[in-house]
Amino acid sequence: GFNSTFCTSDILQVQLSFPPPRLFDRYRDLAPQLVPLDYTDQPDVRLPYELIGSMPELKDNPFRQRIAEVFSEDGEGNMTLDDFLDMFSVLSEMAPRDLKAYYAFKIYDFNNDDFLCKSDLEKTLNKLTRNELTEDEVRMVCEKVIDEADLDNDGRLSLEDFQHMIVRAPDFLSTFHIRI
Amino acid sequence: MAMLLVTLLLNAAAIYTIVTIPPLSTVAPSAGGRNGKQATSEEEEEDEAQRKRSHKKKAKVQDSEEEDEEEEDEAQRKRAHKKKAKVQDSEEEDEEEEKSVKRKGPKAAGRNKKAVKQVSEEESEEEERGKKRKGRKSTSKNQKEGQNKEKKSDAKGKSDAKGKGVKDKGNEKDKKKKNAKYSSSSSSGESGDEDSLSEGEIAAQKEEVEEKKKLIATLRNKPWRMKRRLKLLKECQAFVEKFEGALGKGKGRKLYAYKVIMAKVMMGLPYGSIPRKTVPRAQQAKAMDYSVLLDFGGYCKYSVLFYGYYNDERTIGLLQFRLPLSYLLVGVGIFGYSLMVVIRTMARNSDEGGDGGDDGQFTFTFKMFTSWDYLIGNPETADNKYASITTSFKESIVDEQENQKDENIHLRRFLRVLANLFILCSLGGSGFLIYFVVKRSQDFAKLDQNTLSWYEKNEVEVVMSLLGLVCPPLFETIAELEEYHPRIALKWQLGRIFALFLGNLYTFLFALFDDVNEKLEQEKYIKNATIWGLKEYYANYSTFHNTTDIPPPDIPPADVIRGPCWETDVGIEFVKLTVSDIQVTYLTILIGDFVRAVIVRFLNYCWCWDLEAGFPSYGEFDISGNVLGLIFNQGMIWMGAFYAPGLVGLNVLRLLSSMYYQCWAVMSCNVPHERVFKASKSNNFYMGLLLLVLFLSLLPVVYTIMTLPPSSDCGPFSGRAQMYDVVMETIEKDLPAFIGNIFTYATNPGLIIPAVLLMVLAIYYLNATSKNYQNANLELKRKMQMARDEEKNRRNNKESTNQVMHDLVGLLPNRSLIPPPAEEAPPPDNMSEKGSKFPKVAKRPGAADNVKGVNLQKDVSLAAPNSRGAVTRPPGPRGPPGNARGPPPGPGRGRGRGAPRPKC
Repeated sequence: GFNSTFCTSDILQVQLSFPPPRLFDRYRDLAPQLVPLDYTDQPDVRLPYELIGSMPELKDNPFRQRIAEVFSEDGEGNMTLDDFLDMFSVLSEMAPRDLKAYYAFKIYDFNNDDFLCKSDLEKTLNKLTRNELTEDEVRMVCEKVIDEADLDNDGRLSLEDFQHMIVRAPDFLSTFHIRI
Repeated sequence: MAMLLVTLLLNAAAIYTIVTIPPLSTVAPSAGGRNGKQATSEEEEEDEAQRKRSHKKKAKVQDSEEEDEEEEDEAQRKRAHKKKAKVQDSEEEDEEEEKSVKRKGPKAAGRNKKAVKQVSEEESEEEERGKKRKGRKSTSKNQKEGQNKEKKSDAKGKSDAKGKGVKDKGNEKDKKKKNAKYSSSSSSGESGDEDSLSEGEIAAQKEEVEEKKKLIATLRNKPWRMKRRLKLLKECQAFVEKFEGALGKGKGRKLYAYKVIMAKVMMGLPYGSIPRKTVPRAQQAKAMDYSVLLDFGGYCKYSVLFYGYYNDERTIGLLQFRLPLSYLLVGVGIFGYSLMVVIRTMARNSDEGGDGGDDGQFTFTFKMFTSWDYLIGNPETADNKYASITTSFKESIVDEQENQKDENIHLRRFLRVLANLFILCSLGGSGFLIYFVVKRSQDFAKLDQNTLSWYEKNEVEVVMSLLGLVCPPLFETIAELEEYHPRIALKWQLGRIFALFLGNLYTFLFALFDDVNEKLEQEKYIKNATIWGLKEYYANYSTFHNTTDIPPPDIPPADVIRGPCWETDVGIEFVKLTVSDIQVTYLTILIGDFVRAVIVRFLNYCWCWDLEAGFPSYGEFDISGNVLGLIFNQGMIWMGAFYAPGLVGLNVLRLLSSMYYQCWAVMSCNVPHERVFKASKSNNFYMGLLLLVLFLSLLPVVYTIMTLPPSSDCGPFSGRAQMYDVVMETIEKDLPAFIGNIFTYATNPGLIIPAVLLMVLAIYYLNATSKNYQNANLELKRKMQMARDEEKNRRNNKESTNQVMHDLVGLLPNRSLIPPPAEEAPPPDNMSEKGSKFPKVAKRPGAADNVKGVNLQKDVSLAAPNSRGAVTRPPGPRGPPGNARGPPPGPGRGRGRGAPRPKC
């Protein structure tokens, strides 16, 4: 029989069966004292970025802070369980290319202005190379990137530019995912 | 085998029908819930009546009061439905799909009874809201904010502006309650009207369920917050479960496909039953010796591993397993299947990779956005990745800078030719060496095995493996002369190693063929002798016993005289080659990587220079070499599998063990490749090599199958003139006559030649089409690039151009008296500029490679005319100002260049 009121156990069940239940365990393991086992009444629990960023899957990623910020609802990297699930579902192998591209764009968009401008690119590059390139080299690379990918010539990369570029990238799907 | 296949197919079909049919057939009677949506009012009344009847029946069982209430509810709802008909439908859909867009207030029901117009208005409103939501995808904004906004807009839309802020929650709850009532009553009503739903309703139902399912499937793809997704998912799942459960699909899930147990097919008679499955008496003493077994002689030679073991009996066992036929079909089918797989993979790769023109277009961009591997979860790996990314960036920067430079091209050409000459020499030398060694080994084979040393017995394998060890580094050293870009150099290197391997293999094969021919002669002789012997025996028997009923000679299988069985020998050669390849690979890893790593690691404490950073250092994991090794190995398997079926199993073992072994070696004693090597980029390169190997290994096998006569006393094809006679035999004896006829027609050259012709023409046509598309593609790309450059250029020059134009316009009114014919003067000038500019662009095919260069050129070619035009052109001929402000006259002026003028 069908029960119309979405009883909370249903919610829990759905939550735990949508991504594999392991994710909840992973989330809870980060802070067992904070996260209750019982999510029936939807407690408002947020794990601070320090905990999220220390996960082995993220701790070596130069963009971990950005990832946490993008996926967290408060934009500061503090994550609820939903955010957490969100993050790993986008970064899972199953997520489609467009979705991944969208979130990748967000991750690289450091100043949240919906465009990848030169400062974003410089930050990305410096994170990728651990500041080992000289200023000239960084500038040149950023110029080249904009030169290559900027279709509408506004001197910055919009989401369309980014998607146009990323569908041609051979490695994007294989690199932009986290196995948990 | 054919029968087996047929039964399998039948089973599969049966399972399929069992699994698929029930849902379809049980769909009809159920499908409740959304009653009275598309149905006419009469039908609804009927429904109502029936429901009441059924409810009365139920009432006996259930609480009657409750039932009554529900009935009333139901009836009310029905009335409302009649009024609303379609409106409610679409609305509900909206509700369910966009539930996170908040619910309507408690007055929703009341409003619903109003005109359709208002509802549709609201719908459009909702749509708008949806759009809004999509529009602002910013992550920082949270759901609550969004909801508030929506509510505001919602409230605005309502005539009675109420129910926002604090009341919202209450509203939602109310709505929920209403929903609850609705659905609980509908679910109870469902059972009643199950049978009376019309086809259209059922169809709509199914459609909706499908829709929900689709939504569930694509939910992942939506860039929504998890909260929203979960909500939606819950609703859809509940919906699907509700209706599908009623539709009976839930029960279908419980139907498991039963297992098809394959009958154990017997491989024919066991060892020792017939001569070909028995070790000859002379060899039996040593048949179990380790050294003999290591050479795949003795018991190994007469085992399932090799061709000779299989019997030529047409059918085996109860299932009539046709061993010879399936042997041939599998042997040939493997090639067909492999070809298909390789080509499909290549096609997919090239599909995914897009066209090659894009390769250079996004060098830096790809490096920036896709080089970090998010899977990295280990500090050491991360360090390596940082280093390699930095290196690759620096490399690209240097490349970019070097693109402009050009050096002494003659010296480089000379060096490249020289290097290729060296390599050709060494390739030829290695080929000759192998031919020589194989010949020598054949001479050795004729001598007594006991007098030969181990080296003399295994010379071929040792030499081939040594060549495989020595030549690649040699090639690499020679390739230093060429000064290619590392990526290109790598391809050359791989190509050369590949040529070496293949050359060696083919030399080996040719030498083997000589051997085979010799054995064929020998076999003919033995066969004749056997026949003669048999005749003698029969003659003697009949004269001695004086009967015509002669029993066959009673000789134990071990003592029967037999031919050399060249197929088994070929198989043995391949197995030996594979085994020696395994040994060499493993030893190389053990010595070249492990021992080296141990020495470097521990001797470093007491050595005069830094071993780890200096000369020997740790071994690099050579991805390309390993992949090539795999490809080559696969080629050997393809070639050898027909004559040594056991080779496949052997290779599986080898691959499994080498996976773990190499994994250990890589983890413990290798360092990552210094140069970043992109495997995915050269994917099709490797697949191409694999295809080539497949083709080249297919040739000798198919050649032997089609031309050489099989041995008369071993293998599944013994006693037949040709191996493929088995197929003919099957067609004649086991298939109905008309199939045989069809086959004869099909194999008629009169049919085959036109078919081949047609295929060739089709290939030609498709090729031409694809070339056209490619050209069009290139053209479009060029145009795009041009437009981009032009626009960029225009943007860059806007400032100055604007200034000049400003001046010009300022001058214009004074000169309005000049006669118009002079106005035509500038366009030709423009045209010529254009003419000179376009070839410049078109001439460079590598536009994408050095965008910098392009821009420079463009800047020059575009900026100059502009400024020149501005300075040299007399301001007079412009004509009246109105004209100057209008759109550029005529198509003669380019879009890009004409545009700024009217602007100012």
